[in-house]
Amino acid sequence: MSRRAAAWWFVGPALVVIAVFFILPLLAAFALSLTDFDIYALADLSNLRFVGVRNYLQLLETPLFWHALGNTLYFVVVGVPLSIAMSLGTALLLHSRLARCKGLFRTALFAPVVTTLVAVAVIWRYLFNTRYGFLNYVLSQVGIDPVDWLGDPHWAMPAIIIFAVWKNFGYNMIILLAGLQSIPEELYEAARMDGASYLHRFLHVTLPMLSPLLVMVSILTVAGYFQMFAEPYVMTQGGPLQSTVSVLYFMYEEGFKWWSLGSASAVAFVLFLFVFCVTAVPMRIARRGLPG
Amino acid sequence: MNRRLAAWIVNGLLLGLAGVTLFPLLWMVAASLMPAGESGTYPPPLVPGHPTLDNYRELFAHAGMGRYLANSVLLATAATILSLLFNVAAGYAFAKLRFTGRDRLFKGLVGALVVPSQVAMVPLFLLLKQMGLVNSYGGVIVPGMASIFGIFLVRQYALSIPNELLEAARIDGASELRIFRSIVVPLLKPIIVTLGVFTLLGTWNDFMWPLIVLTDRELYTLPVALAGLAREHVQDNELMMAGSVVTTLPVLLVFIALQRYYIEGLTVGSVKG
Repeated sequence: MSRRAAAWWFVGPALVVIAVFFILPLLAAFALSLTDFDIYALADLSNLRFVGVRNYLQLLETPLFWHALGNTLYFVVVGVPLSIAMSLGTALLLHSRLARCKGLFRTALFAPVVTTLVAVAVIWRYLFNTRYGFLNYVLSQVGIDPVDWLGDPHWAMPAIIIFAVWKNFGYNMIILLAGLQSIPEELYEAARMDGASYLHRFLHVTLPMLSPLLVMVSILTVAGYFQMFAEPYVMTQGGPLQSTVSVLYFMYEEGFKWWSLGSASAVAFVLFLFVFCVTAVPMRIARRGLPG
Repeated sequence: MNRRLAAWIVNGLLLGLAGVTLFPLLWMVAASLMPAGESGTYPPPLVPGHPTLDNYRELFAHAGMGRYLANSVLLATAATILSLLFNVAAGYAFAKLRFTGRDRLFKGLVGALVVPSQVAMVPLFLLLKQMGLVNSYGGVIVPGMASIFGIFLVRQYALSIPNELLEAARIDGASELRIFRSIVVPLLKPIIVTLGVFTLLGTWNDFMWPLIVLTDRELYTLPVALAGLAREHVQDNELMMAGSVVTTLPVLLVFIALQRYYIEGLTVGSVKG
């Protein structure tokens, strides 16, 4: 067997799986979004009709779709900066020479990342309980009235964001910590010689050296936060007053509860466009700024 | 600032934050050992007054938890083995073997890395329905057998294998398969463990796809079953906490045992990439 043929035996199986179960469905998603695929077409394909962009036009007139889009953007715009700030803050603490038991703290801070989203969402649903939830108990100790976290349309999304930050910040913390460790110590030495304070060293050494990584991490986190689904599914079921319906939750209900698969594909494609715009475009710009 | 004071602040903050991340998990364990109704009192109790295993008994005897646990173990194990077979071979080939269009193909794959997999879910569902895999274990495992991320991870690591080593084996007349099995795989062992842990935890924790593709209760994985139970038993705090322990404790233990590999994998995928 020639080397070239051998190479295809190594990559072939994986490429076939990816082509059939990812690339093909991805392309089909667009085609499907131009049809009226529904429960009748599911039973008999002859009921399927090409409808052009009608699904997209209908989405524009569906208030719930706009709600879902707005809620998801809220989740991304508030959740991602909070999440990154927590990641950076904890990474700096762990990187500090003054910190003790670093391995232990790192494991403890990272633990939520590996837990099962559904299981910890169930826990937090009880911590957020208005009457006997632990969060309100803590708040009452400092004189704050109970908050109806998951029952008040104004508080449900903040509650989910608190939960998401708790669950996710450890991931970027590890990546940023590795970034901090790769900054040459000489730069800090030089800054110290010049009498720079901690804040100065942070602003003029750490941040500039870390910024390419910070941009990358932010882009990936934005892409991840756009995929919010299990949080509302378990904690609020999209409520109260649809204040936590996300794009994917809407797609799931549209496709797998009402079996409007054509319309669900249109939703999926809109999600794809959003994620593409906020990831691929900035990624290209960020790469240009990186050496190599 | 005084160095001792600074040390107190840094470690105090770390301790407080670690408390925040661990508290919900510790509370889960404590509440799972409380008799029905105890956690719903005010102020919220932190330790069970009379620890009991009744909730676990109830889950396994009446709620089918044993079945869901077995499903999860089976699916996560199978998915991990398959994913290693497909991705390690492909990742190695992308790093070290020459074939037409290799670099362009790899670039294309990496470009598709940011596409959310959920975009493909509706057509994927229809495809699996055609293949008769909806509502079967196969439906959960098959789409994830090969992953772009897995190939990427292995490739980045495999780049460091010296070419001379492979050339020497070829001159000695070893076949490509032989080289792969006896030289490459041992060298890739750390990244194989890393990818294995990633896949194991990823499959175990996955929710949306199994929720869509499995309809029979008999086939449910733990997260799907737990989400269903949580919707039915809103009032049964302690029972739900026991369910959460069963669902999340296995992955936490795997992580603690193999965290070195897991955390290295995170940084291979980002910083060095």
